[in-house]
Amino acid sequence: MPNAPESPRRVPRVTVDRDGPLLVEGPVEIVREDGTVVTSRRFQVAICTCRRSRIHPWCDTSHRRRVKEETGEEGDTP
Amino acid sequence: MTAPALPTPRGELSDAVVFALHCGASVPSLAQQTREADPYGDDLQLALYVLYELHYHGFAGVADEREWDTGLLALRRALELRFTEALRTDVPPRRGAEEALEPLLLEPVGHDGSSVSHFLQRDGERWQLEEYAALRSLYHLKEADPHAWVIPRLRGRAKAAMVAIEYDEFGAGRPDEIHARLYADLMRDLGLRTDYGRYLDASPAEALATVNLMSLLGLHRALRGALVGHFAAVEVTSSPGSRRLAAALRRAGAGPAAQRFYDEHVEADAVHEQVVRREVIGGLLADEPDLEPDIAFGVGATVFLEDRLGARLLGAWRRGESALRIPLTVEPGR
Ligand SMILES: [Fe+2]
Ligand SMILES: [Fe+2]
Repeated sequence: MPNAPESPRRVPRVTVDRDGPLLVEGPVEIVREDGTVVTSRRFQVAICTCRRSRIHPWCDTSHRRRVKEETGEEGDTP
Repeated sequence: MTAPALPTPRGELSDAVVFALHCGASVPSLAQQTREADPYGDDLQLALYVLYELHYHGFAGVADEREWDTGLLALRRALELRFTEALRTDVPPRRGAEEALEPLLLEPVGHDGSSVSHFLQRDGERWQLEEYAALRSLYHLKEADPHAWVIPRLRGRAKAAMVAIEYDEFGAGRPDEIHARLYADLMRDLGLRTDYGRYLDASPAEALATVNLMSLLGLHRALRGALVGHFAAVEVTSSPGSRRLAAALRRAGAGPAAQRFYDEHVEADAVHEQVVRREVIGGLLADEPDLEPDIAFGVGATVFLEDRLGARLLGAWRRGESALRIPLTVEPGR
């Protein structure tokens, strides 16, 4: 960061969306309830708010609306 | 890196292109053959693929300058027009970008019999995963490269967001984390060859068409809206698909590097999806609202060509047959 000393400290932005993850400018550390710390160095981090993610605390798109498949193709389970 | 060898032609058009490149000769115009060719067929798709490859890494024994050979460019233009006209006819029209993306944001309950990742997760055998990894290498060994061409055609919000996503795709400054590199690690784990372009001859037209679409949209400024729509469709479908593919690889006993590629994409593309929808599409629409139908077209064309590839793969695999033109078992050096 060439201008770091002069530029005012950048405020990380958090974007809220009722139907999706919390978007936080990375990198971030999350302290979980059990005290363990997880880190993401991504430029933007999607934090799960639906609690269905299999990679919690990160979003894995599990919040998506689910629909019944109407295709009765072979190999389909009912 | 050594450039790949020229592929084996699959008809008149691809033969003329490969011959011209091999011999350093000029290419004939082939107007009639282009008019009569199947726009999604092996011959036209391979000819186009080879011409596009001149803009990436080229071929062994072919001069770099052939990228700007006006005869080859004129033929490429004619082939592209045949391909795009077919897509404009066959892709169901959608006016809105969100309307086009909406069906991709729904997850089916239970097993989806028309989805390749669902099939591989539940029923995929090791040889099918290897075939899948081999034909996807056409794209993943140059992952995110076709999309980089759109950057100078964007401004402001859309540009900043597109560059941020691409930075992630290119390893966020770390060469060993470039997604194309992670894919090579996956291939090595599965016992596949990792040299660029190695599985071109083995890949069917349906696979070539999905990659040709990216090159087409990336190279044409006029199609920048469609490129953004295409990119959004890829990112939106990637995260849940990657979770199924990681599970398939785990079940088939693939090594940690093979799983890592898809694990990384579960997490990364859940972010990329948000950024591409909000900032890249949102920014582009604010800047150039007239591009909305093009964004929708890019989504639709991606879904249409992916569905064709999926049908080809599942058709062959359910018959117990190889989906490749050259089965991996007869590949030399394995
Ligand atoms: Fe990626
Ligand atoms: Fe991505």
